[in-house]
Amino acid sequence: MMKYKPFIFRLLETDQGGRYFMSILLALIVLVLVCNLVVPESSSFHIPTYAVTLIGKYLTYALLAISLDLVWGYLGILSLGHGAFFGLGGYAMGMYLMRQIGDRGVYGHPVLPDFMVFLDYEVLPWFWYGFDHFWFAVLMVLLVPGMLAFVFGWLAFRSRVTGVYLSIITQALTYALMLAFFQNNLGFGGNNGLTDFKDILGFDLRSDKTRVALFVCSALALLLGYLACRFIVLSRLGSLIMAIRDSEGRVRALGYRDEYYKLFVFVVAAMLAGIAGALYVPQVGIINPGEFSPINSIEMVIWVAMGGRGTLYGAALGAVAVNFAKTYFTAVAPEVWLFILGGLFVGVTLFLPRGIVGAVQNIRGMYRNSSEAGISQEAARK
Amino acid sequence: MSNLNVTEYPAIHVPGESILYLDGVSVSFDGFKAIDNLSLYIKKNELRCIIGPNGAGKTTMMDIITGKTRPDAGRVIFGDMTDLTSMSEAEIANMGIGRKFQKPTVFENHTVYDNLKLALKGRRRVFENLFFKLSCEDDDRIRDVLKTIALQNHECLEAGKLSHGQKQWLEIGMLLVQDPKLLLVDEPVAGMTRQETELTAELLTWLAEKHSVVVVEHDMEFVRSLATRVTVLHQGSVLAEGSIESVQENPRVVEVYLGEGQYLT
Ligand SMILES: Nc1ncnc2c1ncn2[C@@H]1O[C@H](COP(=O)(O)OP(=O)(O)OP(=O)(O)O)[C@@H](O)[C@H]1O
Ligand SMILES: [Mg+2]
Repeated sequence: MMKYKPFIFRLLETDQGGRYFMSILLALIVLVLVCNLVVPESSSFHIPTYAVTLIGKYLTYALLAISLDLVWGYLGILSLGHGAFFGLGGYAMGMYLMRQIGDRGVYGHPVLPDFMVFLDYEVLPWFWYGFDHFWFAVLMVLLVPGMLAFVFGWLAFRSRVTGVYLSIITQALTYALMLAFFQNNLGFGGNNGLTDFKDILGFDLRSDKTRVALFVCSALALLLGYLACRFIVLSRLGSLIMAIRDSEGRVRALGYRDEYYKLFVFVVAAMLAGIAGALYVPQVGIINPGEFSPINSIEMVIWVAMGGRGTLYGAALGAVAVNFAKTYFTAVAPEVWLFILGGLFVGVTLFLPRGIVGAVQNIRGMYRNSSEAGISQEAARK
Repeated sequence: MSNLNVTEYPAIHVPGESILYLDGVSVSFDGFKAIDNLSLYIKKNELRCIIGPNGAGKTTMMDIITGKTRPDAGRVIFGDMTDLTSMSEAEIANMGIGRKFQKPTVFENHTVYDNLKLALKGRRRVFENLFFKLSCEDDDRIRDVLKTIALQNHECLEAGKLSHGQKQWLEIGMLLVQDPKLLLVDEPVAGMTRQETELTAELLTWLAEKHSVVVVEHDMEFVRSLATRVTVLHQGSVLAEGSIESVQENPRVVEVYLGEGQYLT
């Protein structure tokens, strides 16, 4: 009989990197909470709230990267439009936050958000109904990206679109969304997007407590998202999606409908990306069609490649590392950032084909080999 | 069906006894007829060898049976009534048709054990696989097969690290745990040593006691050792059929092989 182990331990049993990742994440939560709430502002160990929010934003990116890794690293589909799902989740949350403003907008209209008053809307468009309820918005954060992924995947996977063609149409998907959301008459605020949020669930978005709470939510979402992905990857379904990645024809010859498996993973990943988007928006205070821009989706791919795909935690690491660099360089030398990003991508593909994680594993492997060699030499001498 | 004239026994469909019946199947690629009005009849629990020069259409025939390629004309009847030509690959596989590809195709990044685990009979739906738990019986079954294919000491090895012959066996092992009614085995002994080849012949003969097996192979010694009915394909249709001795003496068969610069030995 196998000894009973708690569920969470089983998920991380064979995942050393994941255990480090979980530990670091938990330590980060505690550290940030203590340094922001307990350590006095005068101390140099104090973490100001704007930094807490910045870290929170990175963590939503990390969740986004993990969801992309599920699709790319495990299922083998290079999605160049993953930002679409992130953006839609963000918009769903943004719509809730807009409705929360109520009559406190610049125009003071009791129902209509400012941009609608400005664009001479008479009534609230039907697709804004329900977004005054938080639970409804949360549902939409999951359902809208999920449905889009379902319809898109249904069409693409059933007609056996694969490889570069699939990547290109995912890119087209997010591009189409960007163009659509830029339209003023679509009813989502056009190129200004949704902004000027006031509060969430009645808590003031500018207050420090709310911001710290949002950070904690992001960290927990990342943690749970990671475990959910681990659960999928460890299941027989996870084993199958990797088999589909490596040899689709074999999987089919065994009697599996590969398109349904792809669809499942694609939809789950889209929902996770939606959650990430929904947590991102209240922290940055704005969502606009720029989030759908193809370059964003390509950046996400770079995060995952940089961290090391097919490990989940590598994707999270890559997202945080690249965005940390981005924050730094766009402040110091904004005009060179894109060159640095491009350089990073070329460098990683050429020299670190398995990303940072792969490089670390290689180094550790070499170290272990040399120490083992040392031991056997000693043994030989005896 | 003129191509039947040269066969010793014409392919007559006897309901109740048949596992597979190809009826006037044709397919062409860009105007080139790879399979040309092919008719073929396999009985239940029959072991059949298919030979033929390179490009004769042997692999394409298997592609058609498994639904990978759609024929332009003809029917493929599985069992008594089921026409496979309108079914998807997965449906056909689940009807009970297993296939070993010409180029050994295993999941290279999965362990030997996991390869077999994925091939295990039943449980093909998405959600049951999300919550799948290997039962004790499943594990026994996998270990049985591991012994049969002589990979019991390599269950944790990544399949990509196996030798060519071992990969062939692993793929046959996947067929065993899949437990289909009809096995289509494309060039199982390519890249195997003499000894491995002999073991494979034994394994296939043993399998044919309970299953119907169609083997495509170029290795004549292997075909001879199977001691079974042989069908010769040429330019997409049946050229001759009968015992290995009889087809080897058939002047048309000899001519075709010599014409292709190949020897039937
Ligand atoms: N998908 C395809 N597209 C175009 N031509 C094809 C395709 N599949 C097979 N062919 C052609 O059909 C013919 C039959 O090929 P097939 O692979 O069935 O031969 P085979 O009998 O299996 O030969 P071998 O002994 O070399 O494996 C060949 O000329 C091949 O080039
Ligand atoms: Mg072939």
